[in-house]
Amino acid sequence: MKIVVCIKQVPDAKDVKLDPETNTLAREGVESIMNPYDQHALETAVTIKEAVGGTVTAVSMGPPQAEAVLRQAISCGADAGVLVSDRSFAGADTWATSYTLAKAVEKSGGADLIICGKQAIDGDTAQVGPGLAMRLDIPFATCIQKIRSVDASTIVLERMMDDGYDVLQSGYPLLFTVVKDINQPRVPSLKGKMKAKKARITVLSAADIGADPGCIGLPGSPTQVVKVFPPEPRGERAMLTGTVEEQVEQLVDKIKPYLV
Amino acid sequence: MDRFLTEEQQMIVDIARQITDELIIPNRAELDENHQFPREILNAIAQADLMGLTIPEEYGGFGGSLFDSILALEEFGRGCIAVGTAFAASGLGVLPLIVGGSDEQKQKYLPAVASGEKFAAFGLTEANAGSDASGIQTTAVLDGDEWVLNGTKQWITNGGEAQIYLVVAMTDKSRGPRGASIFIVEEGDPGFSCGPKEKKMGICASSTTELIFKDCRIPQERMVGRKGTGFITVMKTLDSSRPGIAALAVGLAQGAVDTAVTYAKQREQFGRPIIGFQAVQHMLADMATETEAARALTYTAARHIDAHPKDMSKASSMCKVYATDVAMRVATDAVQVLGGYGYMCEYPAEKMMRDAKILQIYEGTNQVQRNVIGQELNKEYNR
Amino acid sequence: MLQIDEKLCIGCGICEDACPFGAIEVVDGVAVVNETCTLCGACVEVCEVEALSIEPEGGRPVQADIESWRGIWVFCEFIGGELAPVATELLGIGRKLADDRGAQLGAVLLGHMTGDSAQTLIGHGADVVYRVDNPALELFSDEIYEKIVSDLIVEHKPEVVLAGATAVGRSFIPGVATRVDAGLTADCTRLEIRAEDGILLQTRPAFGGNIMATIVCPDTRPQMATVRPKVMKALPFDQNRSGEIIDVAAVPRQLTSRITVLESVSEQQARVNIQESDILVSGGRGLENEQGFELLGKLAEALRAKVSASRAVVDAGWIPYPHQVGQTGKTVAPKLYVACGISGAIQHVAGMQSSETIVAINRDPDAPIFNIADYGIVGDIYEVIPKLIDKIEEKRGI
Repeated sequence: MKIVVCIKQVPDAKDVKLDPETNTLAREGVESIMNPYDQHALETAVTIKEAVGGTVTAVSMGPPQAEAVLRQAISCGADAGVLVSDRSFAGADTWATSYTLAKAVEKSGGADLIICGKQAIDGDTAQVGPGLAMRLDIPFATCIQKIRSVDASTIVLERMMDDGYDVLQSGYPLLFTVVKDINQPRVPSLKGKMKAKKARITVLSAADIGADPGCIGLPGSPTQVVKVFPPEPRGERAMLTGTVEEQVEQLVDKIKPYLV
Repeated sequence: MDRFLTEEQQMIVDIARQITDELIIPNRAELDENHQFPREILNAIAQADLMGLTIPEEYGGFGGSLFDSILALEEFGRGCIAVGTAFAASGLGVLPLIVGGSDEQKQKYLPAVASGEKFAAFGLTEANAGSDASGIQTTAVLDGDEWVLNGTKQWITNGGEAQIYLVVAMTDKSRGPRGASIFIVEEGDPGFSCGPKEKKMGICASSTTELIFKDCRIPQERMVGRKGTGFITVMKTLDSSRPGIAALAVGLAQGAVDTAVTYAKQREQFGRPIIGFQAVQHMLADMATETEAARALTYTAARHIDAHPKDMSKASSMCKVYATDVAMRVATDAVQVLGGYGYMCEYPAEKMMRDAKILQIYEGTNQVQRNVIGQELNKEYNR
Repeated sequence: MLQIDEKLCIGCGICEDACPFGAIEVVDGVAVVNETCTLCGACVEVCEVEALSIEPEGGRPVQADIESWRGIWVFCEFIGGELAPVATELLGIGRKLADDRGAQLGAVLLGHMTGDSAQTLIGHGADVVYRVDNPALELFSDEIYEKIVSDLIVEHKPEVVLAGATAVGRSFIPGVATRVDAGLTADCTRLEIRAEDGILLQTRPAFGGNIMATIVCPDTRPQMATVRPKVMKALPFDQNRSGEIIDVAAVPRQLTSRITVLESVSEQQARVNIQESDILVSGGRGLENEQGFELLGKLAEALRAKVSASRAVVDAGWIPYPHQVGQTGKTVAPKLYVACGISGAIQHVAGMQSSETIVAINRDPDAPIFNIADYGIVGDIYEVIPKLIDKIEEKRGI
């Protein structure tokens, strides 16, 4: 079975903050990591490969330094890594990203199974998985929390819903996105790390994948960011005073940014 | 401090560190309380290719050096030396095979241990033979084409959980130091059973049992090396494994330092964090310094042993005795720094102190280590 | 692409300071841009010598028939035999957007045995309801829902399509957006019409909520967005409101799916994973009895939070162990931690001190929790919390 896992290198989002005074992202000391949901996607892919045989290829659209997460994927069981990288991909929104990834997957010969993390922790959109499936004209399911069974022709999944879950059955090809509950990602193996170090990562440019310039990067993105701003700045430390009503009023005012 | 590791050595550290942080530390208290063998953690270690670190490549291992193995042991020790001991004891168990086994024996047993499919154990100690290993009374008598073992081993790590037991038994009492041989006993061999798990002061997750041989019959091929080489192989084995214990000790000490410093920065008394008080600072300073010294000695000893395998004894005993004494001191001081909280099971310090004691006792008591060093010094200065 | 005129650039570095993404820096006296540039234009704005500009490079042309797309649509989720609450919430904001835009508000209702739900939607503000009631729509299916909604969009050309950012919405709506070549913004918390050109301004959190971004889709239609539930306010039901219900028959091509739903399982009890929650409402011994957690549960609901606890109350059996925060419980780092009746002993603090904002409510003014709280209220939990719940709901406009 040919399995593709989509992986993104992201800044460790919990450490990324906007300085409210300068409106700049404080990036010092913020590590670049493999998107945590993608770690679970990779573990899912490797587990399926171990069960039914096949290959796992990790694919990432990103700048040259994203090669690091592809090597990390290989150290955790992926067989190969493909980096889709080009200056013209910069500024891509999810529409352009799913277009680019679809082209790359097609160029690499397609896949029986594509597994993605539910969302990237920087963009938080959860849109690329479904978009990629649509472009490849394959069915998709999101937020998979468990694989009930898998063999060469059929897979049965549990899809997380708001108040429970659905049980889905599908053949291949199929794309699904996973949530963290699905598994515990394995620690890289020593042989894996050494393989990763020596691995040749395939790099595909926009020309290599035959991308239409009007569909990639910022020019190809139907959505545009017009403003970036911090959530309301936090107040200083305070013991709130007054009557209970007054205290509560002040408190709610202070925690307003969290009331979304 | 920079340890000047190669890229490959750093990979070993990184993997072991991830396992320690993600799997050992979050589970250690529960494993200790329930006296539960850390099977899942050992499986993860095996999957990460660390179980077979020192097993030769041709038998499914990584073919790493002693130094490579102590890097992993140090990290695991930082998490929990019960887990570290279970891991180390399996390595110790197959060491006689690596040192003196035949190719068939290595082919048969080593790959399964490297893959984590099976665990090993080393059976030497008896009720009447601890430091004085020559006093063992378990016998092995050849009967036709089978060896028949009788006797009882005591306090064997991984007893009851391992599948492969390397047992030292007397084959000819009259030949003194040449009277013992080593045998491979497998779980399920007729006449072989394990006693119940011992209750211990510490390393509770590590399984410690008796091995009971009552007319235990094993095929002739199960003898490791030539008859009568038992004690020699044992000496070589223990000499190689002592730095591993030193590494566990360094790890435990480091974990204790981490716990104590973190706590001292958080705990406020008399209006400020207690790390601001010299009395506490000096304790922490000594703890940290001794830990670094123990690490430096252990690393040097391991590198020396890898380079000079025939000249192991002094280096091996020095790092073991020093690092384990440091670990006991540092763990005790960590409890002291944490004060009342250090005594409570809620915090990891008391477990570290309970655990640390065994480091000074097993794999050759620290008194025996000092004997060895003394004798080596005597030999050295003869020229 | 960001163009840097090296002759004009004086290497002052103001652009470097202004860039939210660290994408531009001064190297050897001249500004240099790297891969992380998102072309947001912040540097262009601040450059005092006008050395920076953004030149569009090819790219998509503005959609030719853009002016003919009119109307605000809301996808109204119908699941488990009833309308999801987010449906009427979206009609609330949809109504405002439609009024601001001078356009019609349409509701799209897919389901089986929807009964009088269409009328309910009209009563909550919809001018027209496109109803597709069919047995094949009883259980949610990505493919079927996507095909039907995409076809409706292509036929009726709404300029805006909104859906709840629920499990259903976040799943199939991206499929729709891809099918109809539309821009989609996920999980919006604010929507408004830009006065000068009628474009939808979509505001949402990113980087796990550490920054907010406002997004537009200037050149494509429809402008699509999924909206976070419980943020928008539904209009009160007006039974006198009238509107049109258009029954749309699904065609066989739309009703096929390559994935089969074998069963749908409802779980009453949500899984306890306090480490994943952005907000925690935590209870300690100061609650005085088990019933205190009922009150905290209400506060948690108002804050869309989960409930956690100190060890003392877990040991007392008032709440199960998975909720425990502290040295022997879980370590949490939510955006907001509300400690109610928790003294703040070091074992507890160790488990939550990395929270972004800490609020403490405790009867004892000397409780150590106040040393690490950002905001403290000394008072009786049973007096403060009910008032707090009321105030929060008032602020939300419930």
